[in-house]
Parts: sequence; C-alpha cells; structure tokens
Amino acid sequence: MFNKHEVLHALKHYLPAQSPLKDFVHHNTLHAFQTDKFEDALRKAYYIFGYKVCLTLSEFRQMYEENRIPEIFLDKAIKSRKSEGEFADWKEKLLSKKYKNAFSPRIGILKSNWKRFYQIDLDAMVQPNLFRLLCSFLDQGIAIWDFPESEIPFLEAVKHLEKNSYTSIFKTKRAKKILLSGNHKIEDLLQIVVGDEKYFEQYLYDQQFAHQGWSGMVSNIEDNPVSMLSHRTISLEELIILELLLEIDALDSQYGENLWRPLALNIVVQPEELFAPVKGEELDEVLFIWQDAFEWSYYDQVLEAIIEEDTPHESIDKKSFQAMFCIDDRMCSLRRYVENLDSNCQTYGTPGFFGVEFFYQPENGKFYTKVCPAPVTPKYLIKEIGNTHKIGKEFITPMAPSRSIGSGFISQTLGITSAVKLFFNVFRPTMTPATATSFRHMDKNANLTIDFDPKNPEENGLQIGFKIEEMATRVENVLRSIGLVKNFAPIVYVIGHGASTVNNPHYAGYDCGACSGRAGSVNGRVFSAMANKPEVREILKSKGIDITDDTKFLGGLHDTTSDDIQFFDKKILSPESLEAHEENKRTFRKALDLNAKERSRRFDSIDSTESAKKIHKRIRRRSVSLFEPRPELNHATNALTIIGRRELSKKIFLDRRSFLNSYDYRVDDENGTYLANILNAATPVCGGINLEYYFSRVDNQKLGAGTKLPHNVMGLFGVANGIEGDLRPGLPSQMIEVHDPIRMLYIVEQFPEKILRVIERFPATYEWYKNEWVHLISVNPETKELQFFKDGVFVPYSPITKHVDKIKDVAKLVESHQENFPVYLIED
Amino acid sequence: MEALIKFFLLIPFVGFIISLMIPSKNETLISWTAFLTTGLQLFFSTVFVGYWLFNGHSTLDERDIELFRSLDYVFFIDLFFDKITAVYLLVGSFLTFIVAVYSRYYMHRENGYKRFFNTKLFFFLGYNLTILSGNLETLFVGWEMLGVSSFLLIAFYRDRYLPVKNAVKVFSIYRIGDIGLLLAMWISHHLFHENITFMKMANFELVSEHLSEHTMIGFALSLTILLSAVAKSAQFPFSSWLPRAMEGPTPSSAIFYGSLAVHIGVFLLLRTFVFWEHQYPVRILIASVGIVSALIAIGTARVQSSVKAQIAYFSIGQIGLIFIELALGFQNLALFHFATNALLRTYQLLVSPSVVSYLIREQFYNYSPHKHSLEYRYPSKIRNTLYLLCLQEWNLDSMMYKYLWNPIKFISRKLHFINFEKIIIFFVLVYSAGVFFLFNREMIPFRIPESSPTVFALIGLFMVLKAFSERKRVRMSWWLVVMNHFWIALTVAYNEKLQFSEIAMYLGGVIVSAIVGHLCIMRLKKIEKEVSLGQFNGYIKKHPKIAIIFLLACLGLTGFPITPTFIGEDLIFSHIHSNQIFLALFVSMSLIIDGLAIIRLYARLFLGPHVKSMYEMAYRSS
Repeated sequence: MFNKHEVLHALKHYLPAQSPLKDFVHHNTLHAFQTDKFEDALRKAYYIFGYKVCLTLSEFRQMYEENRIPEIFLDKAIKSRKSEGEFADWKEKLLSKKYKNAFSPRIGILKSNWKRFYQIDLDAMVQPNLFRLLCSFLDQGIAIWDFPESEIPFLEAVKHLEKNSYTSIFKTKRAKKILLSGNHKIEDLLQIVVGDEKYFEQYLYDQQFAHQGWSGMVSNIEDNPVSMLSHRTISLEELIILELLLEIDALDSQYGENLWRPLALNIVVQPEELFAPVKGEELDEVLFIWQDAFEWSYYDQVLEAIIEEDTPHESIDKKSFQAMFCIDDRMCSLRRYVENLDSNCQTYGTPGFFGVEFFYQPENGKFYTKVCPAPVTPKYLIKEIGNTHKIGKEFITPMAPSRSIGSGFISQTLGITSAVKLFFNVFRPTMTPATATSFRHMDKNANLTIDFDPKNPEENGLQIGFKIEEMATRVENVLRSIGLVKNFAPIVYVIGHGASTVNNPHYAGYDCGACSGRAGSVNGRVFSAMANKPEVREILKSKGIDITDDTKFLGGLHDTTSDDIQFFDKKILSPESLEAHEENKRTFRKALDLNAKERSRRFDSIDSTESAKKIHKRIRRRSVSLFEPRPELNHATNALTIIGRRELSKKIFLDRRSFLNSYDYRVDDENGTYLANILNAATPVCGGINLEYYFSRVDNQKLGAGTKLPHNVMGLFGVANGIEGDLRPGLPSQMIEVHDPIRMLYIVEQFPEKILRVIERFPATYEWYKNEWVHLISVNPETKELQFFKDGVFVPYSPITKHVDKIKDVAKLVESHQENFPVYLIED
Repeated sequence: MEALIKFFLLIPFVGFIISLMIPSKNETLISWTAFLTTGLQLFFSTVFVGYWLFNGHSTLDERDIELFRSLDYVFFIDLFFDKITAVYLLVGSFLTFIVAVYSRYYMHRENGYKRFFNTKLFFFLGYNLTILSGNLETLFVGWEMLGVSSFLLIAFYRDRYLPVKNAVKVFSIYRIGDIGLLLAMWISHHLFHENITFMKMANFELVSEHLSEHTMIGFALSLTILLSAVAKSAQFPFSSWLPRAMEGPTPSSAIFYGSLAVHIGVFLLLRTFVFWEHQYPVRILIASVGIVSALIAIGTARVQSSVKAQIAYFSIGQIGLIFIELALGFQNLALFHFATNALLRTYQLLVSPSVVSYLIREQFYNYSPHKHSLEYRYPSKIRNTLYLLCLQEWNLDSMMYKYLWNPIKFISRKLHFINFEKIIIFFVLVYSAGVFFLFNREMIPFRIPESSPTVFALIGLFMVLKAFSERKRVRMSWWLVVMNHFWIALTVAYNEKLQFSEIAMYLGGVIVSAIVGHLCIMRLKKIEKEVSLGQFNGYIKKHPKIAIIFLLACLGLTGFPITPTFIGEDLIFSHIHSNQIFLALFVSMSLIIDGLAIIRLYARLFLGPHVKSMYEMAYRSS
C-alpha cells in the first residue's frame, strides 16, 4: 500500500525546486502542477497546499474602480464563460457579492492531531535541531569549524558524530539505538510514529511541508549535487529518517518510551485525503474571471498597437552599426533609446548566451561555471588567461576577525576601521569587494581559450575551445534565428548583460538567466571572436551568409543595475572603424543615461525630472549602496514576449515589459527549425520568470520569500528569517511589489499553421500553451491578422481597443508618474 | 555645564514625540525626524564632549526632578556625566545616526516604516536615559524603556510566529535583569538609607564605611547588579537569547543586538565599578562568568552556519572578554573594547547579506578540499563532543526551559482546579478580611505572626502563576495579574505602616490600567466573539487601535514609567526590611511573572499569525 519510492518521488516533485543561491534561476513555482490546466492547477494548489493563487477580490475590485480594468474587458471576460442569461448575475457577483474568506488547506491537518490529542508542539521541539544539523552539514563556508565527516552521506555523518562523541543529538535512548543500529527504514519509523499504513503518505507530506524550504533544498541538492562547490551527499529520504527519529525522541522524552500511542490510533474522524479531487467554490471562478479581465485589459492594447504600428521594413540604406542584445525585458527600453538616437542602427534580441554553450573557468578559479541555459550540459570549456585584475579583500567580512584566535585584539583595530567604513558606506557609497559586480566576471584585458588546440585538447572530459566547424554552426544558428543574414554593418555589437549589487543574496537572479545566472560577457566575446574568424566566414559564405572583411563583431557587457557598457577586444578594429566605434559609444552612453532616467521613475529616492546625466549618477551610486534593497527592479512588470522582426514593435512604447526575440519568418526553413529553437528556449525561460514573479507576487509569504529586510544567510545557499526559521525560496517582496501578476503573452510573427506545427512537435513546450500557463498569439506576417491559441487551435482575434494614443516625448512621459503606463505609439 | 546634560534627553524625547505625530504614509518626514534627532544628538554630544575634555573633564552630576517625597524616601531623577557616559554617548549617537540614515532607504515601503522609527527613537531615548542616569532609579527607567523597545523591534514582523515567540522569550530574560535591578535598588536603599547617586557611590570612604558594617549586604548588592548585567549582556547562562533576537529588520538587529543594547550590561558594571572593585569574590565571579561565556560563545560561534547567529555569538564572546577586563580592573580597556566591538558588529551585521557573493567568490578561487580548522588537532572523540555541544549551544536554550519555565509551568498546572468564580470569592473574602484587620489590628485575638506578609506575597505569587498559564480565559488572566498588585500592597501594609499617598501612588496606576485593559478585552470579545489564549490571535491587524490602548494598559500594569506605579513599585520595596529576604524574593518573583504574564497576554491576543487566516499567511516555521 505504501510505496516509498513512489511517494518520495512525487513528494520531491511538489517541493520547491529552487537551487542554492549562487545558481538562482527563475522557474515556474508551481511546476509540479503543470500537467494540469492553469486554473485547475491553481484550484488544487489552493485547496491542497493553501497557496494564495490570485490577487484578492478586493484588489481586483479596486483596480476596476481605478479603471485599470475597464468595464468592457470585465464584460468580455464574463461573456467568454457565461451565457447571456447568467451575465447580469455574474457581474453582480464579481462586483459586489461578499465572500467569506476563511478556510484551512488540507496539508497539515493530519499532523495537527499531535497538538490536539497530545498537547505537544512537535514541530517546535524537532525543527530547530533538525534545521541546525542540516544547515551545518550543508554549510558552504560560513562556519569556521565545519561538520565532522561532511564528505560522507548525511545520515552516515550524523551517525558517525553520534557514535563518536560523549554527548548525543537525542535526549532518549530508543531513537539513538535505532539510528546506530542502521535499521531505520522509513516504513518502520512511520509504524512507530503514525501506526497505520494508510496515513503514511499524508503524514510525510504534512511533515515535509511544515518546512518546505529545507526539504526543497535537500531534494534539490540530492538531484544536483554539483550546485554546491563543496560537494554534499544528501537525500530527502535521509532527512525524513532523521526527522522521524527526532520525533520519536521528542515523544519519548515527553511521555516515556512506549508510553504513547502512535498518532493514527487516536484518530476518529478521518482527515480528507490530500489528493482527493478538489471541487472548488464559486469564489474561485469569480477570481479567475477577474484574472482574465485583468490580463486582457493589458494584452488588448498591445495587440491593437501592433496592428497600428507601421514602421516600414528595410528602410535603412547605410547602417551605422548593428547590436545584438539579450531578449531580456530590461533591454527593451535600452534598444529603443539606441535606435532613437541613431536612426541608422539596427538592434536584435537573442538569448544572452548567444548560442555558445560552455563552461567557463576564470583564471585561478578552482571550479567551472556554466554559462548557458540551465538545462543544457555543455561539452566545452573556455578558460581565462592573463587576468591582471586583483580582487581586493574585504578584510571585514562578517567572519574575518574571528578566523584567528587572537580575535579579541584584532577586533579592537577593526572596530575603528568599521566606523570609518560605515560612515563612507552610508554617505559616499562606492564599489567595495563586498559588491557582486558583473564586470568582475571576466577581466576585459585577459585572453580566452576560444580556439581548439590539438596539443591541449581537453580537461576533465571537456573540450577546451571550439573547432572551426563547431564555431561556424553556432554563429550560423544565431544569425539565422534572428534573421541577420545579409547587409551587415561595419560593426556588430554582441552585448551580454549582468548586474552589480551589494548586500543582495539573490544576486544571481539579477544576472543573465540564459547564462545560468551569470554575466553574459564571456559569451558575447566568444561569439564575436568566432564570427570574426576568416575560416568561419568562409564556411558561412558557402552557406549563403556573406560577411565581408569590413564587418567586425565586438563583444560587450551591459550592467543593468548601473547602466554601464563595457566593450571587449577593441584592438581588432581598424582605425576607421575605431572612429566609428567611438561615435557609437557616445550613442550608447546617451542611451544609457536616458535608460537610467526611465528606470528611475520607479524609484522613490530619485527625482525623475532631473537631467538624465544626473539621474544616471544616482543610479550608479544606488547599485553600490549597502542600504538599497532595490538596486534594480529586475524583471518586475514583465508581461510579453515578442518574437518577430523589430519592425513589429519598434515604435511601440512597451514600458520595459517585453522580452524581445528577433526572428524573421522568411529566413526560417520549411519545418520552422529556428522558430522551434526559439520557442523551446523562450517558453520555459520567459514563462518561468513570469510565473515565478506571478506566484511570488500573489502569495509572497508562502510562495515568495517575504520581505528581505530580516533575512539571514544560511550556509551560503539560502536565506531564512532569524536564526531558526525555515529557508525561504521564491522572490522577496522588494523584487515583486510593483509587478502586475499576469501571465506572459507570446506574440509570434509567423503563420498560425506553422506555429502550431512547430509547438506540437515538442510536448514539453506544447504543455505550456495547451494548459494555458502562458498565452500565445500569432501575427500573420503579411496581413497582420491576429489569431489566439486556445484549446489546441488558433482562432481569429480582433482587439476591442480601437485606438492607441501617440506620444512624442518619452522623457516627459517617464517623468509623469510611477505606475505602469498604457501602451503608446511613439511618433517621430 | 551640568544643566546642558538634560538636552541629551530632551533631543531624543522631542524627536520621539514628533515622530509619533507624523502620519504613517509620510516616509520623508518620518525619516527626517529620525535623521535630525540623531544627527543633532551626535553633533551636540561631540561638541559637548570636546568642550568637557578641554575643561578638565570633571565628573558632572545633576539632581533633576524630584518625583516623589515622603518621610524617609525621595524618588528623584539624577543625571551624571563622566568618561563612561561620554564614550557610550558618542558611540551610541554615532551608530544610531548611521543606522537612521541607512534605514531611511532600507526600510522604504516596508509595512511599519513609522513604527520602526518610533521604536528606534524610543530606544534611543531609553538608551540615553540609561547612560546619563545618576542613580539606580533613573537607570531603571531607561532600562525598562530598552526592554520594551527591544520587545517591539524583535516582534516587528508581528504577523509571523517565530518573531513573536522569540520576542516573548527575550523579554522574559530581560525581566530577570529587571528584577536584579529592583532588588539592587532595594538593597542599596537599606545599605545607604537613601536613593544613592552614582556620584556618592564613587565616594570611596562613604562606601567602605557602609560596607565594613554590612559586608553581606554589600555582597548581595553586587550580586544583583551582576545578575542584571549578565542577563542584559547575554552572558552565561543567558546567552541563547541574543541570536534569537535577530528577527527584526537587519539594521535594528545591528544596533540592538550587535551593538548598543547588548552592551548595557557592561555599562552597568562600569557604572558600579567603584562599588564592587574592593569585593574580590565579586570580581572573581565576574571574571568566571566572562571566561565561561567567552569560551562557550566563541566555540559556539565557530560552528554556526548562519551569518547572524555567528556574529551574535562572537559578540557575546567579546563581551565575555570585556567582563574579564573589568574584573581585572582595566576599566579603560573595557570601555575601549566596548566601543570597538559595538562598531565592528554593527558593520558586520549591516553587510551580512553580502556574505553570499563574497564568500562564494572566495571559495571559488581559494577552495581546498582538505582544509581543516584548528579544532582538528584535538582527539576526535573530544572534538566531536565539543562540536555537538557547540552546535546545541551547550543546551543553554533548553536549560532555560528546563530550569526556569518548566517549574513555573509545572506549579501553575497544579493550580488548574481554580476557576474564575472561586478566585473572585476567595479574593473578596480573604482580601477584605485582610484589609479589615489591617485597620483593626486590636480585634485580632492573637499576635500577628511575623510571616503573615510573606503569606500574602505568596498568594499574590500563585495568582500570577495562574494568570501566566491560563490557556482560555482572557479576563481571568488579566484580573489575576491585577490582583497580584493588591496582594503586594497588602503585604507591605502589614509589614510597615504605609501612608495613604504611598498606596495611592502604587495602586492608582494599577487601577486605571486595569480598567482600561478590561475595557479593551471586552471590546475585543464583543467583536470577535471567541477569544482564547491557547494560541496567537494576531488581532493587531484588524484592531490596531484596541491593540495600542491595550499595550499602554499592559505597560501601566507592569510598572512602566507612564503611570505613578513605577515609583510605587520602588517605594513598596523600600518598605520590605533588609532581613526579609524571602519576602523580597517572593515579591520580586511575582513581579517577574507578572510582567511575563502581561506581555504574554498582549502577544497572544494581538500578535502572531491571524487566527482566522483571512490574510496572506506565512508558514509557522518561517
């Protein structure tokens, strides 16, 4: 009846899947429910696990009052589900009916019987010890005196500690004896604690979801041990065994061994089965209709703007430069400014690892860092050679003084220095060794082992550098996928991105997601070097992509927090192109100032009406300020992914809410190979970002990390509140507070039949669309006709919005207020 | 020059009052108030200390307001300024100022922005009052303010379970410190026959004259002072509260538990140094506490795998060293050590979130798999044992439970049979009899036994024990606490003839607070129907106004300096004779538990996750 393997497997699936902090990558928080339709999934998550899954009714109603959800969209949302006759009734329900809101989820009910029948707070007795053992074992370098034998599996290490010491982790004998005997199957322990096999599964869920943060982390490390620099072997099963033993110990110490009865024997009324079908209530549907109305209030304007947008294709004769950026929504505004300042340039968007997947090893680094999308396991290694940059030591790291025994005396002098540092940190923030900055990812003057060298072919099973054909394939793939196959400008910039933050344990989430939470500088440089190789160009030419000698690719890095750009390998430029580059740099610099200004409108501490230059200075300072919990807003407000030619959305003011992936339907082949590549990457990546923001926003306490202000760093892999709390996966409130929780709308410039053929080929991708975790719209590239994907087919869609306002002066607009803007068309 | 000292109280006081009146939406004004208050304080204290140093840095003492006077008792506020005050004043203003600027941005948009700054300014006021105090009474007022502001800041995230639980825990340890001080005041009253100022205490001849007659009393006074200092500075065996106090926003943890509040125990020892410096047993005891604390804390710190816990334990370790320095007589070194430790820990806590990126990078470049810490030189079994002990914080936390709270719980569970009606009847009967015979002593057929006051005190003690453990009935719990004060009053009345004004002083505040609190409870019950003490109710979110009034009533009832009761408490103590140790013990015990019962009542009713789960709720374990 109780099948351990099945139960553990399923349980692991439901636990939070967040990696250790250094590898923080966004993902769908409710990934376990993804096989269900979005709304069914939300209902289950709500009734079973007690997650809040939508905004509250009063929040929706308030948005309606403020006309952020116009009536027309509310009506449309109701009509799409209810018949004419029900309409008035439902509208009344949405707008004014009172609903009771108190309810308790199924999770935890079984285990709460300990308190009910035994007046014992088992969690409070067990968890602090359990967390302490776990954290110390997994610790990556906070403790100075580390866990004995942390190289062996967790339970073995605990056993070893228990056996070889004069004290014990237990208070009583029985638990100790069971542990040391090695005879501790989960079933047997459950038999002691729960006593009835039919409750075993439910008990385990209750137990593990009482501290889902820790359980999730353990489960994650079990599946992916390399995510810890100091390797640890641990499994959820070991955690459960130890927890059950500690529970037995707590009960024994309270009541005496064998003097208490297993939990199940006291149960009279059987608690509802955890995964029994969920019926749902009227309120759920009311909320879903609101959600619908909320989403379409935004989508519809965008779609109308796309229809009205009339930028002609291929109108630039003499191109000044082309620039490839990441698809990241943070590039959305920067690209607009660059294009505005230089009408002869072109910009492109493609995932920020630029199609080159490899491990990167900085000089003197003891480990390899993956710099490509998380699911990919690269076979290549790029090493940095000749790094001249020295990283200073923060001699006052939290631990520094204590590392030596004479701490008493050292702390005296350090105290005085601290006072000085504190003063300057507060009044004149500058970059310190404590800052995590993207510019440190790679020294711009160092060399990279990009070329394959037969004399030194590999290291630890990874090929060092790329061979010519491998380079050509990668360059071709990227260029074709973004539709850049002819008319190359003299300089093509390949600009990755990263972030600079300080006092921010979630720093990895601010870097490039396509590079596994690292900066994209190395990738930009590697791609450029490949594309500059004459041998590579030779091959490309034979495939119809002719890049002439006067075109140079130049790598770069955009820091999204401080809004600065660094360029690499300028030495390859000829004197003339160097001059052009200097000119372009001025364009970039100006664009960055303006971009900083646009970003500043969300920041209370900066006056957005000041000059762009001044604001940019403040933005830079902000990025190195210890006391700034919002160095940048990252992906907050993201809502769209536009896949198509730039002209589809070039003149639309999207308020930094869109991922932009370049794609030219004419360049793609019959099977839509490039579209498939794009969708297979963009769907889980952008969708994952979107849904993590969504869920962290609607339930910041259970699905998000709560406010970050009291966070305490645990073992370098997670954060908790205080010293004995559960780990807090998800996003802190400071990251999501301005986010509007709506699902992502993918707008693809391609014929609907072709899109359908492409996505149907890939079940994993198809699931996202079919189950409505994200939305999909096709824009006919010839007629601009819109078709919306629903229930497996595309159906025509015509926007309700009949007119999108035009604006001339974006700068003036961004000075006006802090909230989300409607969609505008920008006039020249 | 003396007259200027009170400006250092006036500035924080005015700042605090202004901050209370600003609407909570107005972040700019709130943070400016904090900025100006702390900035002005820093500026003036720097100028003042400079001027003072230049002009011979003599010790300053100013007797300020007389709050109460009876025949042989005066309660007055006294201010004092010497090098200890100077250092604490400068370090305190500097850190509070820096943290005010820091929090201005850091706390932006946080729920409770105003509350944070209110509490911080209140803390600042209490801190300054403590360090400027010229006698134990004044110090006690400041000390109490520190305790309450601490409670409020730890429970800053009041709708989560752990912060509230830990706030109550820390408060209970603080309460032990409070009682140490109360007893110290009582003893010093008997030793010197007045509310002695620190200025006089520094008078060697006076002190040694008194001490030579009453060695034991002098010794007892030092012990009570030491108890307070040890509890407040998280030394052995009370250390485990400090890391658990790290529940509030990082800057508040930094300033409270990293630096200022935790060094107040050290301050108390410094302040009374001249008194105990000739009592060698006391010095040996202080040194021993210091050594044990330092050893345990540094070991514990080394195994901590969370940043804040590690900083907390290292801080305790340093304070242990400071205790040793004091015991050895190195006053100046201790003072300097305080300043550097406070500055360092504040900085470390403020940059603590950076530790991830910094240490991961360190590790990335400098990792070596077989690097072992110095403990690996010990034999493995001893090493493992020590490791496990350090990991379990030497069981200090569970020991607090075992030896302090469990006995209390045990006794109070034995009182389970009592219900509200029985208690009321008992109270009315026995108490009125007590009062009747008090005024008609001649009607008692036998001589009143010496011990009768002690019996009354014991009854009072049982009442608060019952109040403390009550799981259901809120009103009963409340009134039991109130009755305790009445028993104490009766106790003392039997002990010595009291003036009516003294009784009024003591019970006046109690009665007013009791009625206000009662009305709050009734109002809450009327709206929410069922209110139980079995779990946290979290009603502050729904009824913030009732919560705040109730909090004030609670404070009034615990003898917090908002009603005259706080003078009354001290006054009552002065009527307990120096040979009635048990009586003093019972009364002080009942006052400890009284405070605990009240704060528990407040926490259970208004703090914690909302009982009806209408709002977004965090996990209990988070």
